Amino acid sequence: MSTSTTTTDLVETKKSGGLTAAASNYIDERTSISTAVKELGRKIFPDHWSFLLGEVALYSFVIILLSGSFLTFFFSAAMTPVEYDGSFVPLKGVEMSAAMSSSLDISFDIRGGLLMRQVHHWAALLFVAAIGLHMLRIYFTGAFRKPRELNWVIGFILFILAMAEGFTGYSLPDDLLSGNGLRIIDGMVKGIPLVGTWISYLLFGGEFPGEAIVGRLYSLHILLLPAIIVALIAMHLLFVVVHKHTQYPGAGRTNQNVVGYPVLPVYAAKAGGFFFIVFGVVMLMASLFTINPIWNYGPYDPSPVSAGTQPDWYIGFADGALRLIPPGLEFVWLDHTFSFNILIPLVALGLFILVVLIYPFIEAWVTGDKREHHILDRPRNAPTRTAIGAAGVTFYAALWATASSDIIATHFKVTMEGVIHTMQFLTLVGPFIAFFIAKRVCLALQKKDREIVLHGYESGRIVRLPGGEYIEVHQPIDEYERWKLVSYSDYKPLMLRPNAQGKITTGQKLRAGMSRWFFEDRIEPVGTTELERSHGDHH
Amino acid sequence: MAKDDNSGKDLAAADSSGVGQEGAPAGTVVVVRDAVANPGFPPHRPRVTDVQPSAERRAERTVYTLFYLSIVGSVFAIAAYMAFPIIPEDPGSVRTNNLFIGLGLSLALMAIGIGAVHWGKALMYDHEGIDERHPVRGSEDTRARAVEIFQEAGEESGIGRRTLIRNSLIGALIAFPLPAVVLFRGLGPQDDNPAALLSHTMWKKGTRLALDPTGTPIKASDITLGSAFHVIPEGLQDLEHGKLEEKAKAAVLLMRLKPEDLNELPERAGWSYDGIVAYSKICTHVGCPVALYEQQTHHLLCPCHQSQFDVSNHCEVIFGPAKRPLPQLPIAVDSEGYLIAQSDFTEPVGPSFWERN
Amino acid sequence: MTTIKKPKSPSGRKAGRRHPLSSVALIAIGLLFTGGAYAAFSTSTASAETSANSQQTIGEGKKLFAANCATCHGLAAQGTGSGPSLIGVGAAAVDFQVGTGRMPMQVNGPQAEKKAVQFTDEQIATLAAYVSSLAPGPGLPEAKLLDEKGDAANGAELFRINCAMCHNVAGAGGALTEGKYAPALDGVTSKHIYEAMVTGPQSMPVFNDMNISPESKRDIITYLKYLENNPSPGGYALGSLGPVSEGLFLWIFGLGTIVALTVWITAKSN
Repeated sequence: MSTSTTTTDLVETKKSGGLTAAASNYIDERTSISTAVKELGRKIFPDHWSFLLGEVALYSFVIILLSGSFLTFFFSAAMTPVEYDGSFVPLKGVEMSAAMSSSLDISFDIRGGLLMRQVHHWAALLFVAAIGLHMLRIYFTGAFRKPRELNWVIGFILFILAMAEGFTGYSLPDDLLSGNGLRIIDGMVKGIPLVGTWISYLLFGGEFPGEAIVGRLYSLHILLLPAIIVALIAMHLLFVVVHKHTQYPGAGRTNQNVVGYPVLPVYAAKAGGFFFIVFGVVMLMASLFTINPIWNYGPYDPSPVSAGTQPDWYIGFADGALRLIPPGLEFVWLDHTFSFNILIPLVALGLFILVVLIYPFIEAWVTGDKREHHILDRPRNAPTRTAIGAAGVTFYAALWATASSDIIATHFKVTMEGVIHTMQFLTLVGPFIAFFIAKRVCLALQKKDREIVLHGYESGRIVRLPGGEYIEVHQPIDEYERWKLVSYSDYKPLMLRPNAQGKITTGQKLRAGMSRWFFEDRIEPVGTTELERSHGDHH
Repeated sequence: MAKDDNSGKDLAAADSSGVGQEGAPAGTVVVVRDAVANPGFPPHRPRVTDVQPSAERRAERTVYTLFYLSIVGSVFAIAAYMAFPIIPEDPGSVRTNNLFIGLGLSLALMAIGIGAVHWGKALMYDHEGIDERHPVRGSEDTRARAVEIFQEAGEESGIGRRTLIRNSLIGALIAFPLPAVVLFRGLGPQDDNPAALLSHTMWKKGTRLALDPTGTPIKASDITLGSAFHVIPEGLQDLEHGKLEEKAKAAVLLMRLKPEDLNELPERAGWSYDGIVAYSKICTHVGCPVALYEQQTHHLLCPCHQSQFDVSNHCEVIFGPAKRPLPQLPIAVDSEGYLIAQSDFTEPVGPSFWERN
Repeated sequence: MTTIKKPKSPSGRKAGRRHPLSSVALIAIGLLFTGGAYAAFSTSTASAETSANSQQTIGEGKKLFAANCATCHGLAAQGTGSGPSLIGVGAAAVDFQVGTGRMPMQVNGPQAEKKAVQFTDEQIATLAAYVSSLAPGPGLPEAKLLDEKGDAANGAELFRINCAMCHNVAGAGGALTEGKYAPALDGVTSKHIYEAMVTGPQSMPVFNDMNISPESKRDIITYLKYLENNPSPGGYALGSLGPVSEGLFLWIFGLGTIVALTVWITAKSN
């Protein structure tokens, strides 16, 4: 079908008239666009709700670019002190930076300006959240496996860059809340051994707060970071095209095909429409719900602070990590200060980020599986991976919740000390509990799947047999449903074998240990032999 | 290419567990000998719009109505822009402006989106298509040719043979970004030493304690029991430059306790005046203002990370991540009864840093 | 809309709205009247109040006190192990504590909670008269200080410096140590706000007239009432709790709605 868009065809159709044909021909003769249409126009994308989460992230980024460009026309990234003389009465005559003053003008003196600010900020929160949810989907379905390991890394770097974009943007209005956020960053940077003091000094262009930081963050926020993000998104999507999309197990789907709707027209209609839907939801939030009321916070001043000073949600885990540290972890040694109350969170979060970044490679090394995987795992069919994920989510969530310890205390009428102690426990022990529970749940679900495959669904219908015995009738499942439950890979733990020199290396021992940890509890998929036997058993 | 082909042919050949990349090791995967075979695609189920012309017409009507509705939304947003202007000093007008432009745009966007998706779901041809996958790696021929190209290029340039050229080029490429690193020294003022700057504040012997933000000097007799005064050095508000930088180090909280509630260190005897004590407001953890004073417990709380300091015990840490007590500002009273500093802080205020000892 | 700030004298920051010398004059007058001494300060506002109350009112107040307050505060309001002394707390403290329902306290907890008021206005007035007859203390604020027509900008700045760290910049309240908290200020009457500043109930520090002048207290009240009477320009304020409520809202409502829509988009049309 798509071969009809070759140049010769276009030339022929031109005779039959039509502006579209003429335009297509004109463009194709200069761009060879017909090749792209031929290659991509009928490309198949599988349909599943969780495959749209990445699109949510992409679309929120587009919304951020659009609304952000509008804001740049009015925002002044300078920290020169000015006296506010705009429309908001409770700040009239107050001395503040030009950045804060122009942000207030956007909010109070430009029609629709506040709307664009709120669209920008809500979309930014959504952007990071959608990346996070998208990453969870990728992780729990094993979509990061070969050949997509590098795309996982790119995606994760995008997540970190998105957080950096968020934080730099949050700081731009130079209000009290973001100023205290920068103060915390300054304090953390100063806690870094050897170079911390100097990094802070260079970052702020002298002593904190200085008059440089907003301009510098602005350059990062609207130039450097977006450029890198756009480049990485392009690579990310290019890889999606090269790899073709993964699909969930299902009847007719194999590792060699991809089943779904073609880009033109169905996918274009759905995905294109979805952009407007995401934009619409963000717009609705921006018109109905206040976000970041900088007019309440007032200009930054090092002396005041507000109760409930928190960063935006995606930095919460770092703020929470700072709050969890017990007192006394700072020492002077050899005439220098070692701030472990700052270093422990920094190193712990750094390691956490590193493990998430390289997880695909760790799992590939443990399984030794070098094949391409295009069929997704159902999370229950990879119990240890799912359990590791649950542990990671618990760790992150505990840190994240800790960032709101004061608000938890006031709203649930508990003491803030109690909240902190509980969270300290949850951060350290919670992941182990979550690991154990998630793994058991996965194994139980796998067993249930086996039951269903072998004996069918419980129909809930009780029948009395002629002999007086009561049984529940089991409804057998059809072969298409069954296929979803039996088509998964099952790994067994690695056996330790001496290598060519007759030795067992430490690396091998480690790998065998990891492999045992991953695969010692396993439920095999049902095979035909078992299936036939169960049918024989039945009546 | 999309094919209207749901017969499931060739599926039998495809291995259920995804093996099929010849030669790629499968690791410790268990190959199930009696694996269940892929049953092929389930039969296609037609939609209501495929079988009922009335449903199809209804769907069509819904879609174009939504698109028209979107136009209405856009027009409404433009009208709202004009109909709800911002009236200076009236935040209510900002609220209506924001609300109605936003609602118009929401309608415009949502209606396009829902209309397009509904069109795609209910009216467009809904048979699924199938694309074949091929291994991501290049074909053997391609890979061989790529290796060959590199070899030829190596030969033709002589990069392998001419080691001096190669090594000096590597050296040059390593060296050339170094000046950029040096250039970034200019981010901070050239001649200052940050550690030295952090060790001094605006307070010096005789500086009067003044109210934040007015700068009015404070008399000792003004401070009643249970009071908390937010204090800056007198003259701070008159600074031409560096006002916030000085304030970030010099902000002080002044409190009056009953002298018997105050447990003072012997080496700090005489730093307080009649139960009045002055402590740095900048947290020794990461620098938030520690300004929450509970006058009954005499505890100070940092709202950022919940460090707690006990004012009756020279502001030692009783909870939270901070380690060091808040630095105390030694105070006295001058001949006119005003509170003055005896000296600067005797230690650097604020967060810890490497050079601090 | 902005002008580059010119150097100014510290007292003339809001010259456009008030005579530059007015605040200097005000402070001078304040200093003169109070004579700089605490005793002088605390009696000056209360003396008029005391004399106005007849002995009869005081007697009624004393009876009410004996019946409802003496268990904890002692028969002569001298304080016991379970309640502080009320000698010298003044009519303002009584009006605040009883008038907001915090006293009499029903249960022991980290702090006295605001609840339904237990006494009529007259009863509260008699109680206040009795307590202020024991020793001079802060009296009830004058009506002109509660007219909510002060300088909101000055009030906002003072509020940020002196109050926001506990009560939150939008007056939404916040946590203190060991289960105590600073309450939300939304809906609190001007009189009670003023009295709380003057008396420093419970954990709250005292903000005497030398720290925040009566006119500045009026400005703070003006700002709080501005916040209360002008709903957030951006739409519903989500409790004014800042990024925590915004983040929760985004995850639950924003992302929740979008995920529900993705399910609709990918579900097969029937």
